[in-house]
Amino acid sequence: MSALLLLVLSAAEPGPVRVASKAFTESVIVGELVTDVLQRRGLSAEHLRGLGGTRVVWDALVRGDVDVYPEYTGTLSEEIFAGRVRPDALGPALAAAGIELGPPLGFEDGYALGMREDVADRLGIRRISDLRAHAGLRFGFSNEFVDRADGWRALQKAYGLPQSQVNGLDHELAYRGLRAGALDVVDLYSTDPEIQAERLRVLEDDRHHFPEYRAVLLVRADLERRVPGARAALEALRDRIDAPAMIALNARARLDRVPEVTVAGDFLRSRLGEATATPGPAPPGPARRILGRLGEHLTLVGVSLGLSLLVAIPLGVLAARRRRVGQAVLAAVGVVQTIPSLALLVLMIPLLGIGTKPAIAALFLYGLLPIVRNTHAGLVGIAPDLRESADALGLPPLFRLLRVELPLASPSILAGVKTSAVIAVGTATLGALVGAGGFGQPILTGIRLADTGLLLEGALPAAALALGVEAAFDGLEWVVVPRGLRIRPEEPR
Amino acid sequence: MGDPSAQSRTPAASAAGPVLVLREVSRSFGGVPAVRPLSIEIPRGRTTVLLGESGSGKSTLLRLMAGLLAADSGEVLLEGAPVTPASGPALRRRMGFGLQSGGLFPHLTAADNVTLLAQALGRPRSWRARRLEELAALVRLEPGVLARWPLELSGGQRQRVSLMRALMLVPAVVLLDEPLGALDPVTRGELQQELLRVFRSLGTTAVLVTHDLDEAAVLGDRVALMREGALVQVGPLEELAAHPADPRVARFLAGWRGGPAR
Repeated sequence: MSALLLLVLSAAEPGPVRVASKAFTESVIVGELVTDVLQRRGLSAEHLRGLGGTRVVWDALVRGDVDVYPEYTGTLSEEIFAGRVRPDALGPALAAAGIELGPPLGFEDGYALGMREDVADRLGIRRISDLRAHAGLRFGFSNEFVDRADGWRALQKAYGLPQSQVNGLDHELAYRGLRAGALDVVDLYSTDPEIQAERLRVLEDDRHHFPEYRAVLLVRADLERRVPGARAALEALRDRIDAPAMIALNARARLDRVPEVTVAGDFLRSRLGEATATPGPAPPGPARRILGRLGEHLTLVGVSLGLSLLVAIPLGVLAARRRRVGQAVLAAVGVVQTIPSLALLVLMIPLLGIGTKPAIAALFLYGLLPIVRNTHAGLVGIAPDLRESADALGLPPLFRLLRVELPLASPSILAGVKTSAVIAVGTATLGALVGAGGFGQPILTGIRLADTGLLLEGALPAAALALGVEAAFDGLEWVVVPRGLRIRPEEPR
Repeated sequence: MGDPSAQSRTPAASAAGPVLVLREVSRSFGGVPAVRPLSIEIPRGRTTVLLGESGSGKSTLLRLMAGLLAADSGEVLLEGAPVTPASGPALRRRMGFGLQSGGLFPHLTAADNVTLLAQALGRPRSWRARRLEELAALVRLEPGVLARWPLELSGGQRQRVSLMRALMLVPAVVLLDEPLGALDPVTRGELQQELLRVFRSLGTTAVLVTHDLDEAAVLGDRVALMREGALVQVGPLEELAAHPADPRVARFLAGWRGGPAR
């Protein structure tokens, strides 16, 4: 089965340079810069915006689904190599994985602790070690920082900090808590534009606890061979973005809500003197955008649902025929259903890479349970006198299945397919996390940019599509379910 | 089988040994015996009525004959061939079966219900149409009814269609489980006469389950009286009434309204 799946999914696209970025603004801006620089040199490049977290994008690079993405040296040493590789030995370690440590971009974006300027002044805090004297301060850290090897636990140990009141929460919410006075100290990224906008004080890391987070491009070693000129083009960005420049770029995108692609294009033109050689295609209007995403979304749902049908109906028939096998099959597809969709998607990446394949595979697996269960229930639920009639007639087994049992079970089966389809429309929005496109794309970007309009541009059509699919299946019932089953026996003659 | 002209055989012509032979057949459900070891032969061209109160084992016995249930012991032979659920559908096609509910498939029209097995066996469309017409005339079903869905039919129409389905491929024996049990008394009386006429005209070998003495009297050439899973007495009803095997038979038959002239 999985072989069939691979076969269907492996309609591989020929390769432009595939640039990726992680799911936060700075990474996306750098991704746009890289893409733009390549395109200005006449190279074909596409940008997988905000593809996912570190693990997803790194795996995609190693697998060859992605050619280049921006990373930070601290993340490489602490997270990807989990402290096994010293920061100055990253180059050889990467080379072993077929990855080149590409040009550094010129800025650092390390972890730091920050406080409101006025509060810090009042308490006389300038350095992290000053925090020791104020055990009652309330700390709010991003969840990742709480969990990381170089995060809160290590920091607490390095500085001997006495604070016990530490909350893990979303990075954006931490800023809000700080503003409202509910939190006193948060973790920051040193290029966060909020540092200036919110008048925050970045506390000096006087014991040099945090590693360096220099921004670099990671490039697949085989890129130059496949796309000559690409590697050289990337050099245009070497050391060209200093920290104030990156903070300004982040501020335009996050505080002024300017699209990253525009932020990047303006920067290249004004700061790097790049000619406006390629005006580039005008961004599509909202109708075209939504239509394009609808196509992507329907492809995800349609292909996965079709595969689910092909597998789930025979499984349901098998489950109804053999009681013991049936219990096992139902249990197995039930277990698949309990895997969180996000985890299932990420699990698919090592097997199928990124893009539509892992999304379709995950949606296919999710689609199985409702159809298997309802096929089984529909067949098992056939009235005993009808079952006996079919037995007594002596119909050949396949004929009996196709002409008697499946038609009698069709209302139940169709209800299962409908459930699967509606679930798939919703779950497919998560496909954007692995680069599958669809209505999840604007939702993710909207969340990242706290842009409600963009979020709704994905959420509303997705909701409408779910309702549309439901209505379509109600209509389909008139086609699929035999007329004789739709008669209400209200008027016995 | 399958030759429609076979229906024109007279009872006398085909009276040559029993169609079904049951030898020491028994069946229990969860340790509770439903049919105790019993033997009976179903003679050709006649109607045998399995008569008894609810729970006497008559429906179980009918399903053992049809090969819908496996016997715990003993054997069922259809014209010499052993009948069990494992003997496969081919043998069951030689028996027509009917239920109280009619057992018609609600997703097929009445006509398709009747011809379903013939379709499965690849009988030509023209053959099926001709046979359908013959049978509709035989059971006196208005032709328009055949295009309807089972849920649109009256109880009596449903039984006529069910009978057509049972007779479609000219079975060696017709097995009917309380076929008229769900009908109102008037329709029931009508259909008793219809069944009698159809069976007589075709020389059908039939086994019919009922708990109704009058029905047994009208339809049964022979009555097999059952009680607690055992055969108590077998013979023409008049004979049973005249010479009851025990006082309980006598009491049971005393409830017969149209009782025999003593």
